[in-house]
Amino acid sequence: MGNTDTKRKDLILLAGFSAVVLLAPFIFGPVGAGYPDLLQKFAIFGIFAMGFNILFGLTGYLSFGHAAFLGVGSYAAVWTFKLLTMNPFVALSLAVLIGGLFALAIGFVCLRRSGIYFSILTLALAQMSYNLAYSVLTPITNGETGLQLAQSDPRSLDAMFGIDYGAVLPSSHLFGIDMTGYPGFYFCAVMFIACFYLSMRIFRSPFGMMLRAVKSNQNRMNYTGLNSRPYTLTAFVISGMYAGLAGGLLAVTDPLAGAERMQWTASGEVVLMTILGGAGTLLGPVIGAGVIKYFENIFSAFNEGFLLDVFDFLPEVIQHAAVSVSSLFVGEGWHLTLGALFMVIVIFLPGGLMEGINRLYRKFRPKGGSSDPDAAPAPAPAE
Amino acid sequence: MRKYDFTRRSLLKGTALAGVGLAAPTILTSKSWAANYLNEPTGSTVTFGFNVPQTGAYADEGADELRAYELAVEHINGEGDGGMLNTFSSKELKGNGINGKKVVFVTGDTQTKSDAARASAKRMVEKDGAIMITGGSSSGVAVAVQSYCQDAGVIFMAGLTHSNDTTGKDKRANGFRHFFNTEMSGAALAPVLERNFGKDRVAYHLTADYNWGWSQEGSIKKYTEKLGWQTASAVRTPLGSGDFSQYITPVLNSGADVLVLNHYGRDMVNSLTQSVQFGLRDKQVNGKEFAIVVPLYSRLMAQGAGENVKGIYGSTNWHWSLQDEGSKAFVKSFGQKYGFPPSQAAHTCYVQAILYADAAQRAGTFRPSGVGAALEGFEFDGMGNGPTEYRADDHQCFKDVLVVKGKENPTSQFDVLEVVEITPRAQVEYPASLLGGELGPYNDGV
Amino acid sequence: MDQIFLQVLNGLDKGGAYALIALGLTIIFGTLGVVNFAHGALFMLGAFCAVTVKALLETSKVTTDPTQLTAWGTPVEVRTPYIEAWLGDFGTLLVDFSVPASIIIAIPVMLLIGVAMERGLIRFFYKRPHAEQILVTFGLAIVLQEIVKSQFGANPIPQPAPDAAKGMVDFGAFIGFQAGSVVYPAWRLIYFLFSLMVIGAVFAFLQFTTFGMVVRAGMADRETVGLLGIDIDRRFTIVFGIAAVVAGLAGVMYTPILSPDYHMGMDFLVLSFVVVVVGGMGSLPGAVVAGFLLGIVQSFASMNEVKAILPGIDQIIIYLIAVVILLARPRGLMGRKGVMEA
Repeated sequence: MGNTDTKRKDLILLAGFSAVVLLAPFIFGPVGAGYPDLLQKFAIFGIFAMGFNILFGLTGYLSFGHAAFLGVGSYAAVWTFKLLTMNPFVALSLAVLIGGLFALAIGFVCLRRSGIYFSILTLALAQMSYNLAYSVLTPITNGETGLQLAQSDPRSLDAMFGIDYGAVLPSSHLFGIDMTGYPGFYFCAVMFIACFYLSMRIFRSPFGMMLRAVKSNQNRMNYTGLNSRPYTLTAFVISGMYAGLAGGLLAVTDPLAGAERMQWTASGEVVLMTILGGAGTLLGPVIGAGVIKYFENIFSAFNEGFLLDVFDFLPEVIQHAAVSVSSLFVGEGWHLTLGALFMVIVIFLPGGLMEGINRLYRKFRPKGGSSDPDAAPAPAPAE
Repeated sequence: MRKYDFTRRSLLKGTALAGVGLAAPTILTSKSWAANYLNEPTGSTVTFGFNVPQTGAYADEGADELRAYELAVEHINGEGDGGMLNTFSSKELKGNGINGKKVVFVTGDTQTKSDAARASAKRMVEKDGAIMITGGSSSGVAVAVQSYCQDAGVIFMAGLTHSNDTTGKDKRANGFRHFFNTEMSGAALAPVLERNFGKDRVAYHLTADYNWGWSQEGSIKKYTEKLGWQTASAVRTPLGSGDFSQYITPVLNSGADVLVLNHYGRDMVNSLTQSVQFGLRDKQVNGKEFAIVVPLYSRLMAQGAGENVKGIYGSTNWHWSLQDEGSKAFVKSFGQKYGFPPSQAAHTCYVQAILYADAAQRAGTFRPSGVGAALEGFEFDGMGNGPTEYRADDHQCFKDVLVVKGKENPTSQFDVLEVVEITPRAQVEYPASLLGGELGPYNDGV
Repeated sequence: MDQIFLQVLNGLDKGGAYALIALGLTIIFGTLGVVNFAHGALFMLGAFCAVTVKALLETSKVTTDPTQLTAWGTPVEVRTPYIEAWLGDFGTLLVDFSVPASIIIAIPVMLLIGVAMERGLIRFFYKRPHAEQILVTFGLAIVLQEIVKSQFGANPIPQPAPDAAKGMVDFGAFIGFQAGSVVYPAWRLIYFLFSLMVIGAVFAFLQFTTFGMVVRAGMADRETVGLLGIDIDRRFTIVFGIAAVVAGLAGVMYTPILSPDYHMGMDFLVLSFVVVVVGGMGSLPGAVVAGFLLGIVQSFASMNEVKAILPGIDQIIIYLIAVVILLARPRGLMGRKGVMEA
């Protein structure tokens, strides 16, 4: 596989990715996902999962506390809105910075251990952050209700430039365009593509190779006299910054930061997104994030009336039978479908959804398939 | 509304032309520029958004809310027996929908999380074209969804939310609440507690460590201390503790003779069950019978505590055993459809849906500011709580509050509470300024 | 002083539950090398064994009484439990003792569930990365709890202790305090003793039987045992079944303390992992010690005197202890080198 060949393929991948993201409202419209909020969530959680993948997919360090970085990113962004300005770039810079610093502190402590001990350390620290944010730190986080904007916020930078929002609560805006709805999505989309490009560069860089070496055999690496800690810590901080950015974007498109964003279930969700899509692949985590968010928002909304319409073409008896069976899996039963999906994917497609896609790709395009740079790695023996 | 040199709309159009929104035509029409207000119904139907918890600890309560909403929609559309429409003092709804449009609905899962609830509400507004959002089973979610509805420009009719903040500190013009709050619970409970336990009592609070818990603790403290009760201690317990034994044993020898459990849902079931297990219900302290109080009761949840609720006092928004015409009509039509009586969550949600429909009918429009004006100061009766008013100052309903007690000899699994007293509205009223907050102007979403 | 004693009791009680759940989890780690995120679901299934037994015992003949109407106008249903109709007072007694009686049912049921899980799913994942084990067992946990939810609803279902165990036991005079100053619910004491019994039984089984010896050898060095021509896999199936039984029994007996609902497994999942890791991966004594340690520390951290100095400490103490121990002792309290570290 020549270097130029990889470069060319990456360029095609990036172009294809950008096209899909920018045309998302049309592509996802027919499956009921073409509305701004869900598209924003696709992009934001895509960034989150992509960042997580830089740590987990490359180094194999399984963090169970990444939601904490997303949470502090959100809080940082909302506080920026409250105190300084409604400009999204200021808020995002601070969110990334705070997310990175928090990751640096936690990573410094947790990376002293490996394997499951590392996982539990990250989990413990993140749960501590969540519990404190939910209760004792309420003056900073507004606890259960979540941190919100208020009419009386100072917004000192905005005030300095003479921007007055009148009697309504402001939303974040870029040169006068509100960061809600489709403009908000396109703002996220640009960030999303930039993050994808960055993550691609990391994957292909010598640094990325080093991280992969940590995954395949840390001992051997240490024997060669290389200290792997700085590399893993850098990866940890980068993925924390991705999470901070995602948290910041959540606040930009919807200025509210809730503590439950930091709960272990949220950390678990990004782990599931990554594995479901295919850990260690560029596109996998993004697809995993999309699938889980789609289930959460669309499957949970199917109710009996909707099902009756769907099965309308059937005779009445069969229609009702079909409705009662399928209603177990949608609406309030959407968790069941998600759980079953996890099992099916991991049993039949060990490399996640990306492996399925690659299998299809190889099947229909047998000639060029072997050198696919983004192929799912073969299932590695117990890490 | 904004003091820019340019209007938001012109700018959006400008940027669309500039090619940021690559796909301008279809995308932008979906937000219906031509309309007078967000999601103005143009066809023969109008869409309600029912946003209730379908997974997590409050899933059963959410399911009951959804049942009530379906019933309300039937009644508004003229199907079924009409339920409380027959007893409702306003006779504007004729059983042919609202403003000539048939009501349809979409549903979503709040998961009892602010983020998920807002995402679900956004889907309803952005994708399904919902004209209003209603439902929910916790105050955190209610406040979060209410502020979203304000920003987006649709009406929010709150479901079960008991914290003062919903129509106090965090109130919004587009949000309306029928359910009562902790302030009213405190005011209603205090006289009953005095009558049953006297003026010389020492209370020990166990409080769920989040906004609603604190709100509840504050209100009960305020009103019991006015009676002359002392507060021995108020201990914060983490939400979802499961085992509360480490918080209950200190109560045993603290000298307190009343335990106030400011918990809801599963926390309430567990802390109550365990308090009774530690012998607190049968204990004697200072020569007095020890008492346990659960300020906010939910019949649905109380079933989970089984026989432990017997003799325990609390307050509730509504109970199915009430004998007024409205309650009877509602219980009848709900019971006939589903085979069991409705919960207080179901009741408040049903009433909220009907009240919205009636207001829209009276206003002759679905425009949020129009519907809001029709709701503000609206006085009505026949909805199960006696004469009620939607106060204009804070969009909070004022009505009688029920004080209930766990029943000693229940006749069925639904018959766990008995109404001890109906505290009249005058006793639970407070000035709107007490709880602070600012309604702000209506947002019609344009 | 009496407060401290009571908090120790609380801690032992809580610790009993933590230790039982962690014990099964760490057995599975140690023998099969599988990260089982469905372990909390096994605890939940155990609790629902008790719910099912009580429901079966209370199965009633339903007759309608047309003279009385419900509030919504249908005839009132009169329920007479078959078991009371058939067996009279003994039937009533049986219903009263439904929780302890469930143990008899729960053991074979949980063993069956455990063996089925291992044969049907887990065994295909021995050689797979931990991440995939997590995904598949987490998916299984969700599926199991959603099935329970669709059958029993989301609300907690009360499971009272037998009347005989509802009272309080007075320790005061017994240990030199004032009589009546140290009282503790009988059922919680029973739970503590029960957990000790189960823990003792598991240790005795592994220590004194040939089967247990092979399993311990397998935990230490699976490959060598395999080379000796011993069919270690079959034994591990049984081991998984035993772990399921231990978790299930912990769940059955816990129901009078915590009214079971479908979500209770998830609530214990994180905690049980913390306990196992603090104790050291794959270490049975470690899991037991860590379980009781965390139970007691959590109880003490919740005391008003402690919270006055460190507000909110009770919310984070478990995690704080986990962090401190893992930083001070790289493999937890009693972990072995090389287990789940890579």
